[in-house]
Amino acid sequence: MNSPQNSPVVGAAPKVSWREALSQNAGAYVGLILPLLIIALLTIWPTVTGKDITRESIFTIMLSIALASSLNILLGYTGYVSFGHVVFFGLGGYVGFYLMAVQGWSLWLAMPMGGLASGLLAFLLGKAILRLRGGYFALATIGVNEAMRAFINNFEPFGGPVGMTLNFQVYRDYGGAAQALRMTFYILAALTFAVILVSYLVRTSKFGLGLLAIREDEDAAEVMGVVAPSAKTWAYVLSAIFPGILGVLFFFKNGSIEPVPAFRLNFSIEMIVMVMLGGQGTVLGPILGSIGYQSLRGYLLTSPLFKNIQLAVAGALLLVIVLFVPAGVVGWLRKRFPVLRRVLQ
Amino acid sequence: MDFLFTSILDGLMLGFVYGLAAMGLTLIWGVMNVINLSHGPIISLGMFGVYLLFTFLGLNPYLALIFVAIFGLLLGIVIYFVAVNRVIDAPHLSTLLATFAVAMIITGLGTAVFTASPRNVDYSLGSVTLGSATIPVTRIVAAVLSILITAGLYLYLQRTRSGRYIRAVANNRSAAELMGVPSVRILALSFGIGTMLAALAGGLISTLFPFTILAGGTYELKSFVIGVLGGLGNPIGALFGGLILGVLEGIIPTFMPATWVPVLEFVLFVLILLVRPQGLFGAKKS
Repeated sequence: MNSPQNSPVVGAAPKVSWREALSQNAGAYVGLILPLLIIALLTIWPTVTGKDITRESIFTIMLSIALASSLNILLGYTGYVSFGHVVFFGLGGYVGFYLMAVQGWSLWLAMPMGGLASGLLAFLLGKAILRLRGGYFALATIGVNEAMRAFINNFEPFGGPVGMTLNFQVYRDYGGAAQALRMTFYILAALTFAVILVSYLVRTSKFGLGLLAIREDEDAAEVMGVVAPSAKTWAYVLSAIFPGILGVLFFFKNGSIEPVPAFRLNFSIEMIVMVMLGGQGTVLGPILGSIGYQSLRGYLLTSPLFKNIQLAVAGALLLVIVLFVPAGVVGWLRKRFPVLRRVLQ
Repeated sequence: MDFLFTSILDGLMLGFVYGLAAMGLTLIWGVMNVINLSHGPIISLGMFGVYLLFTFLGLNPYLALIFVAIFGLLLGIVIYFVAVNRVIDAPHLSTLLATFAVAMIITGLGTAVFTASPRNVDYSLGSVTLGSATIPVTRIVAAVLSILITAGLYLYLQRTRSGRYIRAVANNRSAAELMGVPSVRILALSFGIGTMLAALAGGLISTLFPFTILAGGTYELKSFVIGVLGGLGNPIGALFGGLILGVLEGIIPTFMPATWVPVLEFVLFVLILLVRPQGLFGAKKS
């Protein structure tokens, strides 16, 4: 990737290769700039228009971007289909919520703890279930999510089936409920920035190359010296930490937490759909996929024609994508217009 | 002790029906390595099929099952050609998402038509007393029919030409093609039989419990657990898996709160996947 490392190798033909290396570098930066620019625009938009309703809808989009991009590290780069990824969102949310509601911790401390809890779960699980391949892994992640939901449903410290609620007083520490809502939006924007950055760094690093190799052929990757079990585990952990943090933030904003919405299997699948729609294995894909999916969903939910059958329409669209554009928007563009490959990472 | 006897008997009866539901899932997995995520909604459709025929046409629920079976078979063949055939050789994610999209379509349309309010098939055959246990006759009939359908499936797979074709394709598709087996048609047929079993199981369940259009999801998750217990791809193993799950569901509530049942089920599920992914009854290795 870096020209200093490449230069001794390409020394034989300096002119062309040097220029190529430079443009490759510039292209790589463009690959990061475009995603960050989109996030920046999304952040600024509600600030400029000043409408709370815009901010709320962008909150949903941005949350999807962050979750989909986290999942993409495992799904897109490593090729492991985690169908129950929402377990990390729910568990992180529960741990953070418990600390805030029962132990009286502040949001700032609860968020890292939520991330830590999810990361730890992924680490422990990863050692075990990442040995399974293909459909068996997907089934195991569903099982883990259902087991966790059923367990939390019975776990009295977390409120059992009723869940927990935040005392309204809590928001006072953050300058009142309205101010707290605004604050959660900017925290989310910062977290989304961080996720994109991590996603980009993973994709361009040696670690990321190892993951891509695992995706293409795990046995061949191991022969080539990729330590697959540990690489997969770390990819799993990385893809779990941010959903944990985001869970704390989301349920803090929500004010209450219950087992069913926290571990909703459909939410996991929506994440997968967003990654697929934009293009798995790319940095930009999950961003475009989330924006597209959430806008479409918002439209279907409000349109008088599709309101009642929005799920069916979304399903039909998903089917069309899976059958005809499996590489997603970004993958399709990259294939169709090779010029764009440098820009669309 | 009597209490335990009743629970076990009850669990066994239900277990046969669970096994039937799981058989559809595991047959499809065994033949084409596809996890059918539209399994649950098809179980729901089976429930509603019996419900509609019984409530509006006054048809006997067990007679209605015949129509439900035909409908399930045809629906499965349609789903196969629309959603699965194109991605059958693609990575797992594609078939998972394609069948999930089908699930979304069925659930979306179903919710729009039937709403999510609970229904039940108001049909009773009284109950019999066996020692200390009292069992509704509908349960006994459901269990017996499940056994008969399983036996029928077994004979079909063993004795008929197309049954042998299905086993050949499951074993090695390219070799089967070289032997002149029309593999696409056989795959579509297998998918249809899988959904037929799901719809039949749904129809039988509708005579036992109240249900909604979303109820199939619960049985789909149970089918995953059972399928893994019995070995994915082993239809007869599914029946035993169903019995194990049914008995567990009967016994566990006698010594701990019933809400812990799903926790134990799914922990068991993940453990078996980890320790013995080929299932307790050792189907073919993946």
